[in-house]
Amino acid sequence: MNTMNTQTTTPTNGNGENRPRLPIYLDYQATTPCDPRVVEAMLPYFTQHFGNPHSRNHAYGWEAEEAVEKARKQIADLIGADEKEIIFTSGATESNNLALKGVAHFQKDRKDHIITVATEHKCVLDSCRHLELEGFKVTYLPVQQNGLIDLEQLKAAITDRTAIVSVMAVNNEIGVIQPLAEIGEICRARKVYFHTDAAQAAGKIPLDVDAMKIDLMSISGHKIYGPKGIGALYVRRKPRVRLEALIHGGGQERGFRSGTLPTPLCVGLGEACAIAHREMGQEAERLKTLRDRMYKALKEKLPDIFLNGDLDKRIPGNLNVSFAYVEGEGLMMGIKELAVSSGSACTSASLEPSYVLRALGVEEELAHTSLRIGLGRFTTESEVDFAVEHIVQAVNRLREMSPLWEMAQEGIDIKSIQWAEH
Amino acid sequence: MQRAIYMDWNATAPVHPAARAAMLAALEDCGNPSSVHGFGRRARKRVEEARSALAALLGAKVENIVFTAGGTEANALMLANRGERRLIVSAIEHDSILKPALAAGATTIDVDRNGVVELDHLKALLAEGRPALVSVMLANNETGVIQPVAEAAEIAHAHGALLHVDAAQAVGRVPVALDALGADFLTVSGHKFGAPQGVGALIAAKAAPQIAPLLQGGGQERNRRAGTENVAAIAGFGAAVAALEPAEAGQISSLRDALEQRLTAADPSIIVFGGATRRLPNTLCFASGEKSAETLVMALDLAGIAISAGSACSSGKVKPSHVVTAMGFDRDVASRAIRVSLGRDNTAGDIEAFCSAWQRIHAPRQMTAAA
Repeated sequence: MNTMNTQTTTPTNGNGENRPRLPIYLDYQATTPCDPRVVEAMLPYFTQHFGNPHSRNHAYGWEAEEAVEKARKQIADLIGADEKEIIFTSGATESNNLALKGVAHFQKDRKDHIITVATEHKCVLDSCRHLELEGFKVTYLPVQQNGLIDLEQLKAAITDRTAIVSVMAVNNEIGVIQPLAEIGEICRARKVYFHTDAAQAAGKIPLDVDAMKIDLMSISGHKIYGPKGIGALYVRRKPRVRLEALIHGGGQERGFRSGTLPTPLCVGLGEACAIAHREMGQEAERLKTLRDRMYKALKEKLPDIFLNGDLDKRIPGNLNVSFAYVEGEGLMMGIKELAVSSGSACTSASLEPSYVLRALGVEEELAHTSLRIGLGRFTTESEVDFAVEHIVQAVNRLREMSPLWEMAQEGIDIKSIQWAEH
Repeated sequence: MQRAIYMDWNATAPVHPAARAAMLAALEDCGNPSSVHGFGRRARKRVEEARSALAALLGAKVENIVFTAGGTEANALMLANRGERRLIVSAIEHDSILKPALAAGATTIDVDRNGVVELDHLKALLAEGRPALVSVMLANNETGVIQPVAEAAEIAHAHGALLHVDAAQAVGRVPVALDALGADFLTVSGHKFGAPQGVGALIAAKAAPQIAPLLQGGGQERNRRAGTENVAAIAGFGAAVAALEPAEAGQISSLRDALEQRLTAADPSIIVFGGATRRLPNTLCFASGEKSAETLVMALDLAGIAISAGSACSSGKVKPSHVVTAMGFDRDVASRAIRVSLGRDNTAGDIEAFCSAWQRIHAPRQMTAAA
């Protein structure tokens, strides 16, 4: 039923070789297909149990409410939280906006300082910029070459005026995992709230809000095989995190977020969390094997490629590789059979070069020729092998046409060349 | 167990089969509309087709439509864009306007006994003070009373004010055209007319100022609402818009009228709120006898009929409707107000079932009275 390659058997081509269906989706950090089991769980809530979960007077409402509360528990269970600590939102963008602005606005009279990281998702950075316009001070921590923050720098940045530290659990471009437990420890010791954007982490790596001393956590539905348009914000109750709502009205979600809850979407997020909770271990192992197979094959077949971000402290489903001596747009055009993302300005919807790679200190040329390859639940070995062949072919072809590659092969250090003005 | 008869369509409506099919197709596909590859472009197409359908329905420009997570967020986005304008809102607005507006120091426009906004009061409020943003809903969620929005727009504009119209309850039930309403901003909610829950839109008329985002982040919705688009729900929204059948309104209103007639014939003391004025074809809000709304709603639920006391609220506490009290009725009457709201699935048999349940609920009292 899914148009993705969800089946375990792969269609064969006329020559009898294993050949996956094309194009191949390898962009699991952009969005994930909704798991068919999730869709199945959602279906009854569109037309059968369609009540408004806030209707208190009839069974339609109660059924919807029961489904929403079950989903809330499923989300809580995934991260070791209590269901009362889960607020539904329209997605991780709203969760991040609510966490940062909500805490900042509540504390503005006592604390006016926020700490975050240069490689955060745009919605965290933009929320912080917005708060700067309101008079808050924001420290944007740099990252090391491997994409991880330096804990000593974090410690040094915290002041008595710091209200909240926001560090993403897993980066959306390079997949690196920040040292959450250590950050939590530091924040708790200084009595500063710790928020983590776990959009790319929930369901991919084990998360425990108590063990990691996390006070607020953003979760996205469509990054964990749930539907789009739904997310959650974990808000710790003990010790209680106070925040101001962004959206007022009916007072739903304990006043933190008004608006009728979309029952089917809530159910979908809950089911997605439950599946991830059950299958995370096995899935991570399978993806790590596939990812390592891919990276190993690329390295063997192509010289001068560079992995962006730490290899070990990284989710299994992500590779981010720069290919030297090719041109970014050409590379994307050359691998049309693969749906991947690129660090190149002209091939991304945002039309900006990747600020994440720049923050790692990746040179501009290499940032432009980077590919983000996201593997996920429905990725097969034959897809990985096909992708490797496809990329290797494209890179070799582009390098054959490249005078820079030729010079590099002749041992000329391109950086040492003084290009003449013309 | 037999399903109860659903007569609470103003709380939420079941998803239209066409919307369900569109959502399913989107859910079974994959792609982020911001991705440039084919998967992403397919998702983008679903979003833009829905935007076009909504634009056509309202006579709006596609570029002036901002998809949100629902009517509440659309209202919040509009309020966040009021700038230095003071707020004037009708006393019967939905909580998503009324509460934040009052918290921001808004003044309220009175309504008359029929639940219609007093335009003279609006004029008086606009007469002095800073430029204002006025918010008047198109149809009230509790009474269904349709407001003189076009006149309010004229008055507002004559005083240099902007008008926002919350049309959450109106779309799909009465014609809604941006031009005819004269609104500068319009709020639409999906789940009141067959689109799924979790999607709505804020629509700006051409003259309206640029909308700054409430949720910051990615550049989605032309930098006016960050966050990956809710592709499936938006696709369902578009399909529900395309599936709207204006002819349904006549059929629904004759059911509503039949119910109203039978109830008032049996008990002339029944107060029909807004009964003397123009209402949505599907809504009947009334108070009767001495039973509280809570009791009636529960008794009807036991009899297999789902209705509501006032609007669905999140607190679970029954408080007298602010709409009915604004109409000049006392708290006692307000605490007895119940709302029956119909939709395309209701039949004459449902009206029959309601009337016999109503009779059974009230029979013991009549028997006692006879004894």
